[in-house]
Amino acid sequence: MNERLIVSTSPHIHKKETISWIMWMVILALAPAAIAATFTFGLYSLQLITISILSAVITESVIIVLRRRRITIFDGSAVLTGLLVAYNLPPQVPPWIPAVGSFFAIAIAKQAFGGLGRNIFNPALAARAFLLISWPKYMTQFTAPFSQADSVTSATPLYLLKESNMSLPEMGLSYLDLFLGNRAGCIGEVAVPALLIGAVFLLVLRIISLHIPLIFILTLGFLNWLFSGNSIGGGDPLFAVLTGGVILGAFFMATDYVTSPLTRKGQIVFGIGCGLLTFVIRKWGGYPEGVSFAILIMNAFVPLIDRATPPRVYGKIK
Amino acid sequence: MIKLFKELTKGIFKENPVFVIVLGLCPALAVSTSLENAIGMGIAATFVLFFSNLIISSLRKFVPDKIRIPCFIVVIASFVTIVELLMAAFAPLLAKRLGIFVPLIVVNCIIMGRAEAFASRNKVLPSIMDGLGMGVGFTLALSSVALIRELLGNGTLLGHNILTNFNPAGIMVLAPGALMTLGILIAINNLIKNRKK
Repeated sequence: MNERLIVSTSPHIHKKETISWIMWMVILALAPAAIAATFTFGLYSLQLITISILSAVITESVIIVLRRRRITIFDGSAVLTGLLVAYNLPPQVPPWIPAVGSFFAIAIAKQAFGGLGRNIFNPALAARAFLLISWPKYMTQFTAPFSQADSVTSATPLYLLKESNMSLPEMGLSYLDLFLGNRAGCIGEVAVPALLIGAVFLLVLRIISLHIPLIFILTLGFLNWLFSGNSIGGGDPLFAVLTGGVILGAFFMATDYVTSPLTRKGQIVFGIGCGLLTFVIRKWGGYPEGVSFAILIMNAFVPLIDRATPPRVYGKIK
Repeated sequence: MIKLFKELTKGIFKENPVFVIVLGLCPALAVSTSLENAIGMGIAATFVLFFSNLIISSLRKFVPDKIRIPCFIVVIASFVTIVELLMAAFAPLLAKRLGIFVPLIVVNCIIMGRAEAFASRNKVLPSIMDGLGMGVGFTLALSSVALIRELLGNGTLLGHNILTNFNPAGIMVLAPGALMTLGILIAINNLIKNRKK
């Protein structure tokens, strides 16, 4: 009678993936976009990314020591937040912007709410909102791609659409330019192929599921097709989806585990909400781009969505 | 004597109206964009607190229990009117900047709260001390929020340039800045309190 009965509480089936493995995989998935950004906007954007990550990691370490918690700097979550903060910045901001932004993301948006897993809002997006409201002068000044020598200021396609109602040929751009990232925009949002490579990587590893990003993008595209043109159904869905931070936001920030709903049904509601709000902000709001605010607003609704869409208890019949 | 002194000091730290009782947040958030506004608001509220506590506690035996709240409001409103007129006469710029928030002192929860919780149940002298202490505590809390907000949101203090070569964070003079500053100050206050135990 050597066999012992092991009694333990659930869950009984464990996955070998840990939080920190997932974090590092997401960082890996975002790496192609960093390479593309360096290629498009020059080495300075790589410096900004480095400053942002350093600031995030240092802030996290200091606060964890102050809070007397277990040191978890190497779980990758702070690095990921720092990386995403930098991806949400225009390519020529002064270096203190990513430093302050990452500090805000970690100290206020993450640690003040209780640290990893307890934050209501996506820290990187909260930092972007903070920076955009605080220093609009720097946060709305974009540079043209491939103008490394002296930064030529340029407007983003969404800005041109909003302020001058220009069409794509009038901007001197084609869909291919939008797709390849040959346009003004934030560091990490322009290179769509690089972002898609990362997204496919995460989908194959099953770190993210398609629900939120797909519904987000489809809702936004559909609403634009329906309402943004001169007649009903005459809008341009492709332009809406390829510009701004839609791809980056949908695949890498709306899918953040902590700040998105748990159930499939909830994720669909979340995706629709993000798409709808992005459309509304872009069309009627004060800012040309609305992805970050849309995701932040939907973040606030996640607890409610989770309550409204509980999973069916196994064996329970309605 | 020691008891009286305690009534005076409790409002400043231990029972600070903004940081501990968390009352009167509307002026604390709205007026604290600059240190000058905050101090002006604090003095006005202290004046009203002092005199309303004085009158209410001396009338506490004559006021019928059932209509005590309307009676308090009449007393408080009279003093707010006095403050409003005094401010308009002697500090018109400040009165203009504080605007609607001066008459709104009538419905300030701290003043109502002290009248209900303290002045209507205690003798005159402790009530005066309580009103004064709460007023000073309110002024200090408002000023500390305003200090941080004006410094970070404008780079100035009392209108003087303090931080040159500094890009002020616009968010700090807006509503989110007020809420964040207040939250962080309450957290620090709690931290100090817990350490003391």
